[in-house]
Amino acid sequence: MAKTLILIPLEADGTVGKAARDLLASALAADPGADVGVFGKGAKQAADVVPASASRVLVAGGDGLASPTAANDARACEALVRASGSQLVLAPQHSRTARCLPLVAVRTGGRIDTRVAGISLGAETKVRRWYYRQRMQAAFTREERPWFLLLESGALPAAEASAGFSGAVEEVSWEPCSRTQALGTEAAIAGEQTIRPDADLLLVAGAGWTKKQSDGQTHVPEAEELIRAFLRATGASLGSSKSLVDQKGEGAVISFLTHMNQVGQTGSSPRHPKGLATCCHGEEPHVVGWRFIGERRAINLDPNCGWAQGKADVLYVADAFAVLRRLNELLG
Amino acid sequence: MSNGYHIVVCGSLVPDPLQTLEPVMAPDGPGLKNEAMLPSVLDPWAAHALYEAAHLAKRVPDSKVWLASLGPKPKLQQLMMAVAQKAPFEFVAIDGSASGFADSFETAQALAKAIQSIPGLDRDRMLLFGGCSSASRDAGTTLSMVGALLGVEDQFLAVDEIEPDADGGFRVKERVEGAQYLVSRCAGAPAVLAWATGNLPEPPNNPQIGMANMRGILPALAKAPSVGALRGGLRFESVETPSQRRETRVVKDAGVEEIARELAEWIRG
Repeated sequence: MAKTLILIPLEADGTVGKAARDLLASALAADPGADVGVFGKGAKQAADVVPASASRVLVAGGDGLASPTAANDARACEALVRASGSQLVLAPQHSRTARCLPLVAVRTGGRIDTRVAGISLGAETKVRRWYYRQRMQAAFTREERPWFLLLESGALPAAEASAGFSGAVEEVSWEPCSRTQALGTEAAIAGEQTIRPDADLLLVAGAGWTKKQSDGQTHVPEAEELIRAFLRATGASLGSSKSLVDQKGEGAVISFLTHMNQVGQTGSSPRHPKGLATCCHGEEPHVVGWRFIGERRAINLDPNCGWAQGKADVLYVADAFAVLRRLNELLG
Repeated sequence: MSNGYHIVVCGSLVPDPLQTLEPVMAPDGPGLKNEAMLPSVLDPWAAHALYEAAHLAKRVPDSKVWLASLGPKPKLQQLMMAVAQKAPFEFVAIDGSASGFADSFETAQALAKAIQSIPGLDRDRMLLFGGCSSASRDAGTTLSMVGALLGVEDQFLAVDEIEPDADGGFRVKERVEGAQYLVSRCAGAPAVLAWATGNLPEPPNNPQIGMANMRGILPALAKAPSVGALRGGLRFESVETPSQRRETRVVKDAGVEEIARELAEWIRG
């Protein structure tokens, strides 16, 4: 097995995120001899979350890593990779690793593959990942080394490991640069319509909410109120079809929807246990955006909707305005 | 000295998202069934990057936009018939595979080489734009590696907004975990900005812009260098479309009350 480095980014508050902790446990279970590298401000202090079973821990810290920037993160990670001398680098799929590790791969003469859905470590490392927006999955390996792999949650079998590494932590030096300064974070959208990745339910609003209804009129304010009330009652995450978001440039719009809510080809592919699509007739969130939704139901007026048939578990042929109005009463 | 940006947008073609895609294994690696015949569109994220580039170039005087595309020459020509009407740009064509199964580093190398040879491009003023991902490989690494190969260290991923300052710097908003934006300030070009969707709607077709663009597009296609399949050291073992069909229960004749009660039970359950 190639020598492996498990590379862990710190969050802005200096903690190690859940996906990174899970990766640490599962990757060390698969390859107990792997090195662990931690980068971020306070990396040395954070090293105590590394499982006690780890054999070698390297850290790159300092004020330059207080907030993520590609330049400083890449310099720190490059130093860690070179110090470890590993041929295989495993890291969680995270904004920080996705931003900096392609640079590191180029500088170290390696290659990178991201969004890895499955990996088998052994004499020959093989990975599985999706292509064409989760439409097909391929299994492959590659010759070039070092090989950087960004792993999605669940790419390795889950494992338990007790934190508390008590060995010597090796500090790796690196040279910060200062052309970019992170100023902080801000909420992309605020209020009750915020995306909630931890919600049990995803509500997808389609363009039908802004179209003319049976009385020949549009009812956008009422649609907004119904959607808001539903979110208040259920704590659901709010997704939207692309066509509804794109109407921003055209007039009648759901005021609180932005591209951040978009699911599908150019949006997210959320992973909620349940999903309810409303007014999405003729739109494609059911195909791509719903790939990882567990139970799926849809409300629209076309029983033959090709985007719901075969994609949703239940398709209710009904007026979403009327159903949501009554549903809100029942849930309220 | 001018302060305008030289914006190079990297963007290629992907199969129209409404097409059914079927993978096939060939001796030289996987591809798509009837790939040459599938209608193509400009990759959606790259399209957003192009619209943002055009918008920025309009706001910052003395800026210029190039669109660098790697794909099979005939398909690029077809694609440009539509894209050319959206925004003014100078076209840089590279004849090669736009397959999602091509290697992102090989692709990045081909793009970097083409960008290095753009006449009149001032790389100290360069903003390298592109999508934060693609609808084919969906790796989100190619643009970053193009930047690395060109020696550009300031990189931003999943950008939704750029706000230039008076002193040549700019503020950037990048999407990060938890529906948050990471806000950063960069001292200025050169930089890499891999766009998410941005905030601009798709611009309407403008035939005048299209005609102006087409004057440069055909010569660019004629002299496009050929780079081949770009497989690198990848060895594919299999590629398959997972079964995704569900048995849909269609509820046609139920009243609103009945549907609402069933849904309420399902949501609570």
